[in-house]
Amino acid sequence: MNLASFPIESYGLTLMWVIPLLTSLITFAVPARNHKRIKIISAVGAGLNFALIIGLTVRFVQVAGLAQINTPELFSGQSAHLFFAMNVPWFSTLNINYNIGVDALSMLMSLLTGLIIFAGVFASWEIENQAKEFFTLLNILVSGVFGVFISYDIFSFFLFYEVAVLPMYLLIAVWGTGRKEYSAMKLTLMLVGGSALIMAGILALYFESGLSTFDLNALAAHPFAASFQNWVFPVMFVGFAILGAMFPFHTWSPDGHAAAPTAVSMLHAGVLMKLGGYGCLRVAMYALPEGAKLWMPYFMVLIIYNVAFGAFIAVRQKDLKYITAYSSVSHLGLVLLGLGVLTYTGLKGSALQMISHGLLTALFFCLIGMIYGRTKTRNIDEMGGLLKVMPFLGVAFMIAGFAGLGLPGLSGFVAEVTIFLGAFQNDSIIMRISTVLAILSITATAVYVIRSANRMLSGPIQIPAHAQLTDANWIERIPVILLLIGLFGMGLMPRWISNILDTSLNPIFNNLMR
Amino acid sequence: MTDLIQLQESIWARHSYLILALPLLSFIINSLLFSKKKKISAAISTVLSGASFAYVLGLVIPWFKIVLKAGSAPAQILWNWNWFPMTENFGVKLGLLLDPISAMMLVVITAIAFLVHVYSVGYMKDDPGKGRFFPLLSLFAFAMLGLVISTNLLQMYIFWELVGVSSYLLIGFWYHKPSAVAAAKKAFIITRFADAFFLLGIVIVAWMNGSVDFLLINTPEAAAQLNRTVSLGFASFNALSIATLLIFTGGWGKSAMFPMHVWLPDAMEGPTPVSSIIHSATMVVAGVYLTARMFPLFSAAPFTLEVVMWVGAFTAAFAAIIAITQKDIKRILAFSTLSQLGYMMFSLGVARMGTDINSLGYSASMFHVFNHAFFKCMLFLGAGAIIHRVHSNDLDEMGGLRKQMPWTYAAMLIACLAIAGVPPFSGFFSKDEILLTALQNGHIAVFVTGTVVGLLTAFYMFRFFFLIFHGEARTEISTAKEDPWMTFPIVLLAIPAAVGGLLLHKAFGSIVIPPMQISDICFANYDWVPWLATAMGVLGIALAWVLYGRKQTDVAAVLNTEDRPRWYQVVYDKFYIDDLWLWFSRTLIIKTFSGGLKWFDRNIIDGTMDLVGAVLQRGGVAVRKMQNGSVALYLGLFFTGLFLVAWFGNLPLK
Repeated sequence: MNLASFPIESYGLTLMWVIPLLTSLITFAVPARNHKRIKIISAVGAGLNFALIIGLTVRFVQVAGLAQINTPELFSGQSAHLFFAMNVPWFSTLNINYNIGVDALSMLMSLLTGLIIFAGVFASWEIENQAKEFFTLLNILVSGVFGVFISYDIFSFFLFYEVAVLPMYLLIAVWGTGRKEYSAMKLTLMLVGGSALIMAGILALYFESGLSTFDLNALAAHPFAASFQNWVFPVMFVGFAILGAMFPFHTWSPDGHAAAPTAVSMLHAGVLMKLGGYGCLRVAMYALPEGAKLWMPYFMVLIIYNVAFGAFIAVRQKDLKYITAYSSVSHLGLVLLGLGVLTYTGLKGSALQMISHGLLTALFFCLIGMIYGRTKTRNIDEMGGLLKVMPFLGVAFMIAGFAGLGLPGLSGFVAEVTIFLGAFQNDSIIMRISTVLAILSITATAVYVIRSANRMLSGPIQIPAHAQLTDANWIERIPVILLLIGLFGMGLMPRWISNILDTSLNPIFNNLMR
Repeated sequence: MTDLIQLQESIWARHSYLILALPLLSFIINSLLFSKKKKISAAISTVLSGASFAYVLGLVIPWFKIVLKAGSAPAQILWNWNWFPMTENFGVKLGLLLDPISAMMLVVITAIAFLVHVYSVGYMKDDPGKGRFFPLLSLFAFAMLGLVISTNLLQMYIFWELVGVSSYLLIGFWYHKPSAVAAAKKAFIITRFADAFFLLGIVIVAWMNGSVDFLLINTPEAAAQLNRTVSLGFASFNALSIATLLIFTGGWGKSAMFPMHVWLPDAMEGPTPVSSIIHSATMVVAGVYLTARMFPLFSAAPFTLEVVMWVGAFTAAFAAIIAITQKDIKRILAFSTLSQLGYMMFSLGVARMGTDINSLGYSASMFHVFNHAFFKCMLFLGAGAIIHRVHSNDLDEMGGLRKQMPWTYAAMLIACLAIAGVPPFSGFFSKDEILLTALQNGHIAVFVTGTVVGLLTAFYMFRFFFLIFHGEARTEISTAKEDPWMTFPIVLLAIPAAVGGLLLHKAFGSIVIPPMQISDICFANYDWVPWLATAMGVLGIALAWVLYGRKQTDVAAVLNTEDRPRWYQVVYDKFYIDDLWLWFSRTLIIKTFSGGLKWFDRNIIDGTMDLVGAVLQRGGVAVRKMQNGSVALYLGLFFTGLFLVAWFGNLPLK
């Protein structure tokens, strides 16, 4: 078969979620005792998919870059322009279509997902207990995530979203650690509570518009009455924001992440939590701009709790996973802050932060999984001097930490500084206070990063057995190096991401400002 | 200025990105390939750092000739790359701005970096971490060079942070030592705390001006545009004052001005070459450099300059007093650095009188940066050589080193005379100009402070000098020869310390002037100021001789820290500022505030979530009992329901 002639533009997106699904079916057919084969199949599937997505992204950058020059009017309107689009009737009675396509944001999020799941398979190499079921469920979950990013029919958007959320329960409850049943239940119930709100919002949009369509672009073009937007927006926003761990609905995140196995934490914190901000931007703010303008200042009060106080709470944690989870709460607060200030720069920063935090937190959880696998403890007080015994993991942890505190040259800086610059452009009182607090909270971020890195990596070794630990083997180095490349790549060359994101954010922003 | 335009076309200017690329290359190659091969790593770093010094000279010497002939030096942007275009009309640019102060800093940094590299080859010879040391030193050089060539505030912030991180990594270089790790953490977090304000200031400037380019914001138009009321939510401020003050706060922390000075003495836990280049000669000057860089804008905000002046003057005096009592030679030098940084700072602060700008304050400050970099770097390198010899930082273990280390002794004498302000050594010229500016612009209190601190400086530096080199040896010291790798840079650095002031003070006065409208009024010249300054220096040296230098000095009594009067203890314990910070950060912020938040989050917020879950579960259990299969109950419920519907509802039954 000639690879060059493959119609990547027509079927590439569909393959993106079909490949994980097929992988999961194949792993399901392999005998359960054959762990190695299951893992290899998963790795091949994820690798194939990652390669496909890289191909798609390269193609996307070419096509969209050309379109930016030749037909700028495509992106200056109020309607998102989709690439690689496909629209097939699916359930015609209700006018539900298989309506897929990507714009820059969803393409980048897919790339992120492809990278994280590829890394995640290698990070799960140590799983021995019921490996077959684990990888089967993991691949189903991944399939759902990809589906969400490419759907422009909000019914299938929701459907894929549920496909992604539900396997999570089993993955945590069976393969987790600590209080796993409690945490899995808590996570699932709160997320499903969020989905209920989203579902209500989707149905409201469907019936109120009278268009009998779930097409997001069509719904966004429909001028909903302000009174309607004013009650549907908060419903949908909260629904998504629960997934994005907005205060006070963030408490599932520390418990859930602490209990979840490594790959699930990586995927969940890295990608699924981004669906919160992504959904807020893509669905709630896009379709209900008036509601957003009315409500965002009020939500800002909740969001600033995430950003500033999340960081302060992380300072006081001792468990590495809790530290990372609260740091996620803080960083995802920045995503919502960027959205909430309703300025173009803010939106840009928010989109960048979604990608940056995805890489960052996936790397964190990946490293924590490996460190925990060796030290058998996640309590930073019981560690020390680990840089000497595991230099590779130690240095990678330091780099991840520096990315987290927004060191220039790594992805976090690019996103944070954009959000701060964008946030200050909104001069309402509440936004100002929030921005000032958010900027000042970068000190707290530095405190928890430096504190945990120092306790863990430097000083004398606390437990004698730790002196015999080994550094990462080559299978473990693959995910770490891949994610590090992502962090550095975005931090050193933010230019192309920033340029390409314009194609996707302009329509949303124009819609917001109409 | 056709010459300058020609310069811009020259091969040196066209490839001036190499100034950054060479140290970066050294960092990347060494950290990826040669982290185990220590010798190669040291060689590559040293050669590349020498190359970047040579490159800078190739660029700056022709530039210097041109501007010296023309008598003025307008800023030039050699390249400016739009690294991160945020929106259509705003982006983060990385570029090279060539003007007197950046040219001066380029020479200082690359020269000192090269010499410190050479020195480190000797100093780190037997250190197991040598493979980590050289790449980190290169990273620092890269970051520091990027900082001084910044064309805009965001570029400066980027390299500012990188400098902070390399400083953190190098202070904590011996990461198995808890004290080094704690010092690194302290340095990073305090400077980061200041940087948060710096970033806020940048954001305000960017928002109000739409640009962060130095050439655009250092103009009267930009100052006028900023001179408006801005609401920060809880209160309203004058944007010009608040933005400049916030930006200055960044420099306040980086230059370790009181009360954010506490990290600098602790930073001496790092290897001595690091203390020499980062924590005395270059990085800590970044705050002064930032203030000078933004001087035209700062000088439009009188309140900010007032703060700069008082913070500088107070730190100068405060640190000098503490330096008198310390026993750790690196800490003495650290406090001396603080004190000298205070001079540089207040020199900028006093440069304005009413609406007139006295360019002498600006050039004197930069001149002091230049002179101080060389003599202080050398003092640290000398201290390092001594520590290498006696294996201790403590004055208790020294004495009588004059005979063992003749080269170091001679060089250190020159440096001590330079810092004490004795003519014709370099420190005299810049310090004299600083004092003169303070007097000319009518800041008498600051002038008096500066003069007295001059006396203290000479005193504590010669206390340091006599107790190290004179008297009897207090421990057994090996009589090995001085390591040429280490002695060579020390002796070389003595040259600028000796003659730098004499040769360059004219050039600094004419070229290094703030890029703005300067008053052409003739400021009064006080002929007696140099005499006074010299007298203070000599008096300080004489006092130190009487107390510590003579043969009959009772060294044990002098160095005793136990049975001392109360005030001595307070000074020796650095006025307990460190403990205050510790209480503030550990008890107030981490234990109380963060701890309280954690409790609130776990118990109140999460507790509520759990409660909701529990209520639903209990409710379910309760409702489940109704579905027990009893027909009587079902019928009863059915009729009750029917009755209620009939009673309240609008059914036809009614």
